[in-house]
Amino acid sequence: MSMANVLKLGIKELRRLMRDPVLLVLIVYAFSLAIYTAAKAMPETLNQAAIAIVDEDQSPVSSRIITAFYPPYFVPPHLITAQEMDSRLDAGTDTFALNIPPDFQRDLLAGRVPTIQLNVDATRMSQAFSGGGYVQSIVTSEISEFLDRHRSQATVPVALNLRARFNQELNKGWFGAISNVISSVTMLSIILTGAALIREREHGTIEHLLVMPVTPTEIMVSKIWSMALVVLLASGFALVFVVKGALAVPVQGSILLFLAGAALHLFATTSLGIFLATVAGSMPQFGLLLMLVLLPLQVLSGGVTPRESMPEVIQTIMLAAPNTHFMMLSQSILFRGAGLGVVWPQFLALFLIGLVLFRFSLHRFRSFLR
Amino acid sequence: MIPAGEAGPVVRVQGVGLSYGKTRALRDVTLDVPAGCMVGLIGPDGVGKSSLLSLIAGARVLQSGRVAVLGGDIADARHRQAAFPRIAYMPQGLGKNLYPTLSVFENIDFFGRLFGHDRAERERRIQELLARTGMSAFSDRPAGKLSGGMKQKTSLCCSLIHDPDLLILDEPTTGVDPLSRRQFWQLIDDIRRDRPGMSVIVATAYMEEAARFDWLVAMNDGQVLATGAPDALLQQTGAASLDAAFIALLPETARKDHHEVVIPPRPATADQDIAIEARGVTVRFGDFTAVDNVSFRIPRGEIFGFLGSNGCGKTTTMKVLTGLLPASEGTARLFGAEVDPDDIAVRRRVGYMSQAFSLYTELTVRQNLQLHAELFGIAAGAIGPRIAELAGRFDLTEVMDTLPDALPLGIRQRLSLAVALIHSPEILILDEPTSGVDPVARDGFWQILSDLSRKDNVTIFVSTHFMNEAELCDRISLMHAGKVLVSDTPAAIVQSRGAGTLEQAFVACLEEAIGTPPEAPAAAPAPPAGPAAGRAPPAPAPARRFFDLRRMLAYTRREALELRRDPIRATLAIIGSVLLMFVIGYGVNMDVEDLSFAVLDRDDTTVSRDYVLQLSGSRYFTEQPPITDYDDMDRRMRNGEISLAIEIPPGFGRDATRGRAVEIAAWIDGAMPTRAETVRGYVQGMHAAWLTQKSRELYGDAATQGNFQLALRYRYNPDVQSLVAMVPAVIPLLLLMIPAMLAVLSVVREKELGSIINFYVTPVSRAEFLLGKQMPYIALAFLNFLMLAAFAVFVFRVPFTGSFATLVAAALLYSFITTGMGLVISTFIDSQIAALFATALITLIPAVQYSGLIDPVSSLQGLGAFIGRIYPTTYFVTITRGTFSKGLDFADLAGAFLPLLIAVPVLLGAGVLFLKKQAS
Repeated sequence: MSMANVLKLGIKELRRLMRDPVLLVLIVYAFSLAIYTAAKAMPETLNQAAIAIVDEDQSPVSSRIITAFYPPYFVPPHLITAQEMDSRLDAGTDTFALNIPPDFQRDLLAGRVPTIQLNVDATRMSQAFSGGGYVQSIVTSEISEFLDRHRSQATVPVALNLRARFNQELNKGWFGAISNVISSVTMLSIILTGAALIREREHGTIEHLLVMPVTPTEIMVSKIWSMALVVLLASGFALVFVVKGALAVPVQGSILLFLAGAALHLFATTSLGIFLATVAGSMPQFGLLLMLVLLPLQVLSGGVTPRESMPEVIQTIMLAAPNTHFMMLSQSILFRGAGLGVVWPQFLALFLIGLVLFRFSLHRFRSFLR
Repeated sequence: MIPAGEAGPVVRVQGVGLSYGKTRALRDVTLDVPAGCMVGLIGPDGVGKSSLLSLIAGARVLQSGRVAVLGGDIADARHRQAAFPRIAYMPQGLGKNLYPTLSVFENIDFFGRLFGHDRAERERRIQELLARTGMSAFSDRPAGKLSGGMKQKTSLCCSLIHDPDLLILDEPTTGVDPLSRRQFWQLIDDIRRDRPGMSVIVATAYMEEAARFDWLVAMNDGQVLATGAPDALLQQTGAASLDAAFIALLPETARKDHHEVVIPPRPATADQDIAIEARGVTVRFGDFTAVDNVSFRIPRGEIFGFLGSNGCGKTTTMKVLTGLLPASEGTARLFGAEVDPDDIAVRRRVGYMSQAFSLYTELTVRQNLQLHAELFGIAAGAIGPRIAELAGRFDLTEVMDTLPDALPLGIRQRLSLAVALIHSPEILILDEPTSGVDPVARDGFWQILSDLSRKDNVTIFVSTHFMNEAELCDRISLMHAGKVLVSDTPAAIVQSRGAGTLEQAFVACLEEAIGTPPEAPAAAPAPPAGPAAGRAPPAPAPARRFFDLRRMLAYTRREALELRRDPIRATLAIIGSVLLMFVIGYGVNMDVEDLSFAVLDRDDTTVSRDYVLQLSGSRYFTEQPPITDYDDMDRRMRNGEISLAIEIPPGFGRDATRGRAVEIAAWIDGAMPTRAETVRGYVQGMHAAWLTQKSRELYGDAATQGNFQLALRYRYNPDVQSLVAMVPAVIPLLLLMIPAMLAVLSVVREKELGSIINFYVTPVSRAEFLLGKQMPYIALAFLNFLMLAAFAVFVFRVPFTGSFATLVAAALLYSFITTGMGLVISTFIDSQIAALFATALITLIPAVQYSGLIDPVSSLQGLGAFIGRIYPTTYFVTITRGTFSKGLDFADLAGAFLPLLIAVPVLLGAGVLFLKKQAS
């Protein structure tokens, strides 16, 4: 493999990119505005959850509960009748509907253990779960505060002091910013290498390269380094100016270490891009394959929902995906300030995945050129 | 012979100028083209012939001046619409306006449909055109698999199908063999005889063709040099041939270097080493034999010409020699060694130029030369002078910093040639190197070949359609249908045939091989009704001006055919989305289990252990080895080993039992907020449960006072199964991304590969084009939807509780919207790579993040909330969830239908507004 050829061919790839202004604009957008918007859009915690209350008790305790729900966590509760409840939930107007039964306060004080019903729209996955807990704890604390004035000391005075580390306010935007950087990195690197290869074939330039004294390895390595460089620069920019700058996310660890991890990740994803291009016969086929690969990579790597929530099988399968490891090491480095001593297993995993993908793609690429 | 009786000029060009960026293609051209005759546009490459023709055809936006065509201003969209059915335009480039996966018949049929012919009419016309062009046998072959010349003929058939009054042909015979060329002009003559009013404007590089035209326009450097009948031009310049006349017309500077090429005979003592050798080479593609037992030996330093009809196997043979294609049988040798595609050393000694332009269109001329020089390992210091030398030789100096796409074919060919020569190879394999190159440049080029062969002893293997070039070769081979017919010196071949010229000998050879008597191709396949009777009245029914269903359906049919030719695409779309639905529906779950936690228990009593047991005993948490100190905790949280740490203070058990206030500390890993929130909820819940239990233990029934129960009912999905919750939300996601991607690429592909020109120069309106292309993808998306719904209900057992008719109606609307979004995106983008990226960005991110898939839209903030509210996926998610899980029907969901109904005309309107009907 001649390094000079690899360099020359890589520079050619970079020049090609410079000639596509729309693509450049899209790259800039993906690494700036798209990340900013996505991070800003995410509710910081439970935000503006729609709740309605059916108050059939009309007692001091029920009005106490009603006033306990206020913005920003909840929209001011709508007071509705039991008949309205179903239709509002059906239409998706409310996520939660709390039903306080008649004589609730009297039963409560008499020790008859009355029941409050909380209806949750379970189709709204995330809010249903985190909000359900909130509603529960708000109702409980309001009732116990009310009771404190009516009864003798009969509780165990153990308080729970719960704190979140690394992101005290559990600002989802911080996490969203990083997971968007990662999905842009993956998306762009696969498209740039894979689609560029198909383009060369559709325009007949690949054939031309083959009559020149360059080897398939040189062609492939040149595509990998040049496109990975572009994406790496873009992600460095996004991290410094968008994530740290505009979004003011307190990045704990070393950005250089993160970029080193990103480079390893790119080694894997650019190889994957080439592999997909060798499988796809034409650009539309490549576009479909891209969607088929990108979506699971993004959704199942732990960037949207926690890995722990996925079935064991999927967790195991996703260990073979570079995104999973990149997601892990990004969280460790950027939020928890971890060093190489902590994240080396992910680095190793990315390197191995990259190596396998590279070897495999090279093999496919050679036969693709035949 | 200017037909004076015609009603004024057919085309009137006044003061037209055109620039591409800094390059001036046309400077103040004024020209009246007489009607009813055959007009030739001649001139070197890059003088503005093609630009002028594209302006006349209405394919390009007029920058300055006026062009009147068929009595109206071509810049006026309404006139264009009215005139397009009377104009036919065949762009430059081999089959640039054809659809490669469609067969020859289907390609022509598409144009017939665009012009509104009925079925019988189309079939009659296509049969006739195919017979006249000698293409009948290839009617079912995909256009992409045709040779260059056959593509040109197909392209011509496409132009002629609607009986145009004005036929504009941009270098139609470039790359076409002499026999086909003869048939081609015969065909044009026949048609003109049947339709005497028809005007034809042709740009051509063949002067012998131009000599047959009625009227000529000689152009140079964006200006008209002279106009008039060929005889008049000969008289004016006092030249014997048009070639000479043209050269005489050129300004002094342009012709000073020109002289007739004479190649000195090969010395008898010449090297007899064999440089190139083929022994019984046979190449088969499936059951089609492209090259059949071809053998030849070419000694070092010889110029060996390869002639033959289009598609006879010349290019395939050349590819075998370069190692690009393996031979099915036989061997090919270079320098005595068998061709080995992996032998890098041999590649350095060979220069190859392929038939289609295969250099990088995104690199400038200089950068292309530079790259190849570097790749061939020319010393850094030598590169500059070498590039300068070649640029001078091929007259590229002025275009060094131009992109190849902005250059005419002829100059691009010269660039390819310069690239093939850059490393001074010992063997040159040139596949029709001079197609589309003007006479002066061709002579210059052959002079170079002569020098290379005679002075540097370079072996040259060249294919050509120009007989005067063939005559310059030392030896030539005539090929037909994969076989070599004859192989000898040009003179010997002429002699053996007893013909006057090489061209006659060549045509005779071919006709003998084909087995048809001379002149047969034109006369024999005349249709029963006779050409004149069949063609006289222009058949197309009057088409509606703004929206014509037939034209729309022509595009629909063509797009559907392309989809059908690529079954992988449709299968991938459907199977892939079912797979994705399963993976995501199964994988995305909000119910977090098995969270790891560890305890720093400074109390270590039964009470503290009981507290910990609350956590470790639940299915949500798994306990890790205890924490030893704060450092240990810090380290383990930092590397993500534990997501929850609990510290129980000393004396906890004692204090709790005695009712003294005590505090337990807990830390959650907040790196991933969603997970942290869930953990927080669990811990709080368990803490409360422990307190209640403890109270009861300590205080007995007194503790039940003030106790209550909170009954949590998860509606619509009581078991909180992720498939049930996710599948209805994943369907909208998949129905967005995949159809949008296919729709975007369907348009951007046409732009990138050139067939968009058909939209520019035919009467198709924007709405017809967009809707027509959209239909097959709507159908595919809808089919996709049905598959997804069926899998969701029958395989994944997701209960369906609402009105299916409502869901189907919404899905149909939504398919229209998602493909429409794709088409709108496509109007802004010219490259497929950018299109892929744009579509992924515009569909994937908003659909996953802003459409209520995970976080409800009502809780989003800022721009994201705005996008969520206007994004159609949001509303379709409401409908799928409503019909799947909530048992709703149309009446309940009317509110979600409204935005979808609004989106349809908005997207169509945006598409029509932004789509360009002319190149700019």
